[in-house]
Amino acid sequence: MPFRSEPVTVNVGPQHPSTHGVLRLRITFDGEVILDMEPVFGYLHRGSEKLAEERTYTQIITLTDRMDYVASMTNNQAYVIAAEKLAGVRPPERAMYLRVIAAELQRIASHLVAIGFLLNDLGAFATPLMYCFREREKILDLFEMLCGARITLSYMRVGGVFQDAPEDFWPALRGFLHEMPHYLDEYEQFLSENEILVTRTKGVSILTVDHALNASVTGPVLRASGLPWDLRKVDPYEVYDRVQFDVPVGKVGDNYDRFKIRLDEMRQCLRIVEQCVDQIEPGPVRAAAPNLIRPPVGDAYGRIEGPKGELGFYLVSDGSIAPYRFKARSPSLINLTVLRDILIGWKLADMIVTLGSIDINMGEVDR
Amino acid sequence: MAFLEGNALFRNLYCLLAGNPGNAASCSGRDGLLPFDWEWLAFAIVAGLIALALINLFLLFAMFYTYMERRLLGRFQGRIGPNRTGPVGLLQPVADAIKLLTKESIIPNGVDKLLYNVPPVIMIAVVFLTLAVLPFGRNTFIANVNVGVLYIIAITSVNVLAVFMAGMASGNRYATISAIRGVAQLISYEVPMVLSIVGVLILVGSLSLVDIVEGQRIPFILLQPLGFFIFVVGASAEMNRPPFDQLEAESEIVSGYHTEYGGMKFAFFYLAEYSAVLTTSGVIATLFLGGWKGPLEPWIPSHLWFLVKVFALAFVFIWVRATLPRVRIDQTMAFAWKFLLPLSLINIFVTAAEVLLLGQATEGQGLVVSTGGLWLMVAINIVVAFGGVLAFSRMVSLRTTALPVRAGVPQASPQVSEVAS
Amino acid sequence: MNGMGIINGLIVTMKNFFRKPFTVSYPEQRLAQHPRFRGQEFTWYEERCTACASCAKFCPLGIIRIVTHPSEKTPTEGDSYAIDAFDIDIGRCMYCGLCVEACPYDALFMGSGFEEAKYRRGDLVIDVDRLRRAEKRPSTWYRPQLEAQRYDPRKGEPMTWKGAGREAVAFHPIQRPAREDAQAKPEAKP
Repeated sequence: MPFRSEPVTVNVGPQHPSTHGVLRLRITFDGEVILDMEPVFGYLHRGSEKLAEERTYTQIITLTDRMDYVASMTNNQAYVIAAEKLAGVRPPERAMYLRVIAAELQRIASHLVAIGFLLNDLGAFATPLMYCFREREKILDLFEMLCGARITLSYMRVGGVFQDAPEDFWPALRGFLHEMPHYLDEYEQFLSENEILVTRTKGVSILTVDHALNASVTGPVLRASGLPWDLRKVDPYEVYDRVQFDVPVGKVGDNYDRFKIRLDEMRQCLRIVEQCVDQIEPGPVRAAAPNLIRPPVGDAYGRIEGPKGELGFYLVSDGSIAPYRFKARSPSLINLTVLRDILIGWKLADMIVTLGSIDINMGEVDR
Repeated sequence: MAFLEGNALFRNLYCLLAGNPGNAASCSGRDGLLPFDWEWLAFAIVAGLIALALINLFLLFAMFYTYMERRLLGRFQGRIGPNRTGPVGLLQPVADAIKLLTKESIIPNGVDKLLYNVPPVIMIAVVFLTLAVLPFGRNTFIANVNVGVLYIIAITSVNVLAVFMAGMASGNRYATISAIRGVAQLISYEVPMVLSIVGVLILVGSLSLVDIVEGQRIPFILLQPLGFFIFVVGASAEMNRPPFDQLEAESEIVSGYHTEYGGMKFAFFYLAEYSAVLTTSGVIATLFLGGWKGPLEPWIPSHLWFLVKVFALAFVFIWVRATLPRVRIDQTMAFAWKFLLPLSLINIFVTAAEVLLLGQATEGQGLVVSTGGLWLMVAINIVVAFGGVLAFSRMVSLRTTALPVRAGVPQASPQVSEVAS
Repeated sequence: MNGMGIINGLIVTMKNFFRKPFTVSYPEQRLAQHPRFRGQEFTWYEERCTACASCAKFCPLGIIRIVTHPSEKTPTEGDSYAIDAFDIDIGRCMYCGLCVEACPYDALFMGSGFEEAKYRRGDLVIDVDRLRRAEKRPSTWYRPQLEAQRYDPRKGEPMTWKGAGREAVAFHPIQRPAREDAQAKPEAKP
């Protein structure tokens, strides 16, 4: 008797306990095997790029905070670097060191969120998530000391940072640097050799280097595929050429590599912060640039290595106090485009894990 | 009156109601309250009372277990569990019950009414029926069925039907996926589970649970470590406990087969799941940990030892839930068939060989192994257990590759991802 | 793959079982805020404010509404406008602090609390009377003179308008070319 089956299309809808934010996926299944997948996003679109055309350069900093709401400092940093290129302002040394310290702490926080939610989707019933968030609380407390808020920070300004770190920041930071490696070791012990995790993620959803380069994938996803491309080494900005750190590289580009590389990157971030704390000198923290800057007519593209990939801002100025065009190159959106190709042939359970391992943030995808 | 033997509470109440010259031997000649022909009424009343008391007590323990699970999970995760309702949060299950009772029962349009309403009842009935043969303490059981183990296995198999009916009748794609996974997983894990008990049966020679407890001179966890491991893993999968909870994997299929149930029906599923953990712990304690046996008998009653063992096992289940991620459905199937099944067969073979070689034939009991022989068996079995697990874990690979999409099935793009592993 | 990974995981979880929980039970205990915390209710010193409306111009959301008319104060007395309305809508505010950054006279400060929830949306608009009556516990955000005095808004006394200005301590956060009025007269701390 001929056996007839037909593929079924399921809507993993915008509201779902696991998709990281409001992302809609239309997946066509044959049994449990994924045949085709179409992401539909735009549910969190807030019109940041248009709003930015009506705000001054300092006010846009508050707008960039909210794009990738998990990694606010790096958004600020990328934008401020672009605006400084446009306006020709050089921040003082101490400001650059503070920016790098803040950005690396933010990278640790973002990777903790990524790892925590990846493991939550895998089914470890919120336990690694709670541990990761416990560490993230300590980082957020450090940020509260620096700039008064925990998530939407607005710490940086065109020309530096807005205020120096308070006195009790440095002992707290040293305490954090002292105890964080032990927690990272605990995560490694807990997770890296766990058979169930390894079986679920090794060899699954492999992204080859050629495919990644063709799709403009950057960030930990590209490094997990085997290419050691890190903007902090390739095109150093701020003080990254004065600190020593390694760039962890994966071998195969499967889910396990993408997860492991984030754990290794957190250790490197701690290394960078330690060196910055040793190298920082007292001094001014903000260049003598006014609050309302009027950059000359022109354009500039400023980019950084964000926790999710290359985050870049393209600003076009027409001589007024607000930019003529503000474009954000968001890494999550571009990384999301490879999701379909690496998922075909795998199963429904892998879809969630792969989505988590690519680590997208809908605030950034939809801006 | 065979059912009057061995159950002191039942006997006393029954004789209170229906003692008469006909059963003077069992009731020591006292006269009961009911006239001669109404023994069946005495039976019904006493049985009903005892069953009522037992089920209520059991449900109370199940409610306490839900609270215990939430608090322990919280402590494992570095937070406090529920602590607001009642002192230390002890009234949390009561709050849950009130919430579930007062919820509106929304029945979706496309469901099959009978198939939709029956599964919660089946699941909770299965759990209660298992209680009937468990010995809770010395001479405390409802029925000493001489095929107790077979009865338990048969009853727990009905779970499969309930899960399947619930999933298919819901009319929800996610529930259907979950039902399909459920049938596959639940049926597969019964095989190693049953086979792992065979080792115990070889050592005891009887299927009755009371005899199994009586026959444990050394607790069977030492004598049958492999059997214990396989049974615990199999039981986890049967109860849909993590790491085998693909059926209700929250992040993927949003509650699985009980997505469409609300209110009291969901309360039945919820309660059935947690009660199943307690009854399964009870079965494991009876089969492998020595049931109600424990030192210091007159001062610490046997019922207390039984409870201690049950809750220790329940703690282990919670601990495993807090730690391990979920196993994918095809990997659970591979695990059952490629890893657990051969190990359980090895266990049967090794146990049978040992009993044959070390046992001395005794009157009326078949081959009995002496205590010294038993300790020798403990040593051999532990070595075999660890060796078997290590050997099989190296031989069996649970990883899969991407399946090439079938020809003829419509797909959007012609490319198939190459997997280089 | 021989089970050690799972055993390691179980050991880690058991280790965490015996650690003290990380939770802070909210109404009974509160997390200690840093003095620099950008809180919800604003602190406004009428004595320092000239109603220049720089804060309103700087707000990215435009939620500060200031209506003034010229007052009779002469420039030698300290020129300022008279305020008819000064509304801050904290229901839409994002507490970015750009208004505080903009104020040239150190009249507006961020608050220090976070428990300003109300039952009606209309109650979330802070008007000028509420700003006048509120207890002055300014956050030290963007006000290094308060940090130099080691002021803690939660634990210390309410801050007076004399102690809150940048002339209270000779300290400038931004490196500007020196001007005559930048020579601060160190006033006695209140």
